[in-house]
Amino acid sequence: MPITSQQLEEKLKAELQASHLKIVDTSDGCGSKFQAVIVSPQFEGKPLLQRHRLVNTVLEAELKEIHAFSMKTLTPEQWQKEQS
Amino acid sequence: VDTGSHEYISGLVKDKKVVVFMKGTAEQPRCGFSNAVMQILNFHGVKNFGHHNVLDDEKLRQGIKDYTSWPTIPQVFIGGEFVGGCDVMLEMHKNGDLIEELKKVGIRS
Repeated sequence: MPITSQQLEEKLKAELQASHLKIVDTSDGCGSKFQAVIVSPQFEGKPLLQRHRLVNTVLEAELKEIHAFSMKTLTPEQWQKEQS
Repeated sequence: VDTGSHEYISGLVKDKKVVVFMKGTAEQPRCGFSNAVMQILNFHGVKNFGHHNVLDDEKLRQGIKDYTSWPTIPQVFIGGEFVGGCDVMLEMHKNGDLIEELKKVGIRS
């Protein structure tokens, strides 16, 4: 079964308490290519590599099926700054 | 030689100041993410870096993932230390951290 962006969003929301999520399937629906913006308070105080590791761990099973996954990881504070 | 072993890979990553495990070659990357890393290194004038094509070697491809506990390719090492994949490199390029990391190993961007 192809992976959907909704499936990824639900998992990230549950595991990382993400306050904002935007996951775009750039594979035209075949479920193998995604671009993600993830905002979570759990990223606070963590360097970039650790943030990405956290996401990789949450999506471990899915990443085995996904061909390409690109992510931006922000704290709520960083996200707010980017919006203004 | 077991190209997927911890020992072998630990030698590779220390071989040059900057080492990239990628899909395709530096001249001809076979994936947009690997290509992006090449563009970033090129932009910063990093020339004498090590590059290893994981498409040529299935053992190395799995070995490097196990070595770093990182699920995707490309993977970049600076000064023998794992830095991250394409997204991390892009972000470090944008926020200036990459210049600092390169400076630590004596590469002037």
